[in-house]
Amino acid sequence: MTTEPAILIENLTKRYGSGPTAVDALKGVNMSIAPGEVVGLIGPSGSGKSTLLKCLGAVIEPTAGRITLAGEVIYNNAWKRTDLRVLRRDRIGFVFQAPYLIPFLDATDNVALLPMLAGVANPAARATALDMLTALDVQHRAHARIPELSGGEQQRVAIARALANRPPIILADEPTAPLDSARALAVVKILNRLAQEFQTAIIVVTHDEKIIPTFKRIYNIRDGKTYEEPGEGRPI
Amino acid sequence: MINLARRDVASHLGRYLLTGFGLGLLIGVTLTMAGVYRGMIDDAKVLLRSGGADIWVVQQNTLGPFAEPSSLQDDVYRSLEGLPGVAETGNVAYLTMQVNHGGKDIRVMVAGYTQGRLGGPSFLVAGRPIAQSHYEAVADTKTGFAVGDRIRIRRNDYTVVGLTRRMVSSGGDPMVFIPLKDAQEAQFLKDNESIVNDRNRLADNPAINRPGQPDVLKAVEAIQTASHRINAVLVRVAQGHDPRQVADNIKRWKHLTAYTSTDMEDILVAKLIATAAKQIGLFLGILAIVSAAIVAFIIYTMTLGKIKEIAVLKLIGTYDRTIAAMIMQEALGLGVIGFFVGKFAATLWAPVFPKYVLLETTDAMRAFVITLLICALASVLAIRVALRIDPAEAIGG
Ligand SMILES: Nc1ncnc2c1ncn2[C@@H]1O[C@H](COP(=O)(O)OP(=O)(O)OP(=O)(O)O)[C@@H](O)[C@H]1O
Ligand SMILES: [Mg+2]
Repeated sequence: MTTEPAILIENLTKRYGSGPTAVDALKGVNMSIAPGEVVGLIGPSGSGKSTLLKCLGAVIEPTAGRITLAGEVIYNNAWKRTDLRVLRRDRIGFVFQAPYLIPFLDATDNVALLPMLAGVANPAARATALDMLTALDVQHRAHARIPELSGGEQQRVAIARALANRPPIILADEPTAPLDSARALAVVKILNRLAQEFQTAIIVVTHDEKIIPTFKRIYNIRDGKTYEEPGEGRPI
Repeated sequence: MINLARRDVASHLGRYLLTGFGLGLLIGVTLTMAGVYRGMIDDAKVLLRSGGADIWVVQQNTLGPFAEPSSLQDDVYRSLEGLPGVAETGNVAYLTMQVNHGGKDIRVMVAGYTQGRLGGPSFLVAGRPIAQSHYEAVADTKTGFAVGDRIRIRRNDYTVVGLTRRMVSSGGDPMVFIPLKDAQEAQFLKDNESIVNDRNRLADNPAINRPGQPDVLKAVEAIQTASHRINAVLVRVAQGHDPRQVADNIKRWKHLTAYTSTDMEDILVAKLIATAAKQIGLFLGILAIVSAAIVAFIIYTMTLGKIKEIAVLKLIGTYDRTIAAMIMQEALGLGVIGFFVGKFAATLWAPVFPKYVLLETTDAMRAFVITLLICALASVLAIRVALRIDPAEAIGG
């Protein structure tokens, strides 16, 4: 019995706009990622990395193709679900280059917000948040205001938030860009550990030469098409 | 779920409270304006009710005695008392003038009435009613006079024997009650020079100043200087009689105009205060628009400052209604703060106003509802912006 891929993308295309100014950002992308796997997504600027993540994260609508998450077809030339917010809330964790935390909530509530949105009662949601902050080793800053956190701490809180609803998928767009190399590697290490621990499939978009060698598998995207490459899988 | 609005507000509480405070002062001004209007109406009602009259009899075809001049002979009350339903009458004369108090001129309405009849002050807060037939006065406390003070009205000094309260003319001038005879004299009294002129003219008239008959000249002089005119006759209707009916009777038989107290209220409120009411109404409208603009602007800028956060909130699955509720609650919060600041401020400064400011609870309640409506409306713009934010913005390039 083969395990179902956490993410399966088939012939995905995305065209921005229409007519002579249309941009074909994705021209037939194919990818398959197993639960617990961390893959790198690299490619030159403007090659379509962010576009792919947005399609996968149900933030923008693809033009054609198929997306299957853990056996459930969520897109087949059209969305198969009506409530994409619930899909995002429950199934996908996002980590961005900038942490984009909610500045008027403390670290715990930034993380707890996700389970709360899913209907979990406040105390239980906060307990989950504290677990996640502990897993990312920022529990000592649990009640700090966001502007008082360092860049690295903010990024770890953001990752904790991405994990709070235990999504089977995490999409990270250049998560290490603002960090120095030690912190960047620490973040990748955390992502690898969490993938193992929670069987989360993680896609990390990156330009970052320091972390590219750590991936076991890499998708290189060029001119809207993906090319799979083996990674070095260098231990951190 | 966390209350996002409360947290957002808490994170810049100072700015929020300051905005609420500013809005509050505006609402305070609004409430005060409404209070000034209510005060004018109430002053008019107190003025009309204090005399104890059910009917005001005035010169034919006039809106007297406050909205138009009215002049009557002071003996018409005799014929009125013969009509069925008339229980009691009282002659009144009013004149607005400046009197001196401690070196300062104040504007007062002098009211002349006959002791023991209708038209006097309804209650005293100090002293006693007028007992002498001349040169005693009862003054409203707002004049600043105290019992024992002397008021100079024309050429005579009056001793203040009693004080009353809340007795002002429809123009807001405090009242001074004096005996009717004195008021009549004051009303038609000429200054010394014109008296001398008149005397000389009479004396030069051979038809009047006949040699050997000095009494003719004296009699004509007496008629010229004495006045037997008043401004209105107040009538109290006997029990079991309809004031409207009695008033109609007076109109039909006596060639006079008679208003019931409700008619008089209409005249004062509709004719005298109508323009002021329109002015205040317009003012209230402008204040409402200004308040709405302020709230809209603040909520709008607060929302623009949160675009990234709202995009993230949407990305992680927050419903539009949760985001809209956050913005709406912030706007309503401003309204609530503003209302209470405004109510407090208005209550605090109302007594300082020269005219009576009547802050009615129903007005306050109406203002509260309108404030909340305005705030809700003002947040619509910001909510529209927030709902149009694309969650993709959170991810960026
Ligand atoms: N909203 C949009 N409308 C039109 N064209 C777009 C839009 N977003 C992206 N594109 C175009 O699609 C192509 C892919 O963009 P994308 O942002 O996916 O690139 P990227 O690989 O993430 O680049 P980078 O490494 O610079 O972030 C680019 O040519 C870009 O100009
Ligand atoms: Mg990009």
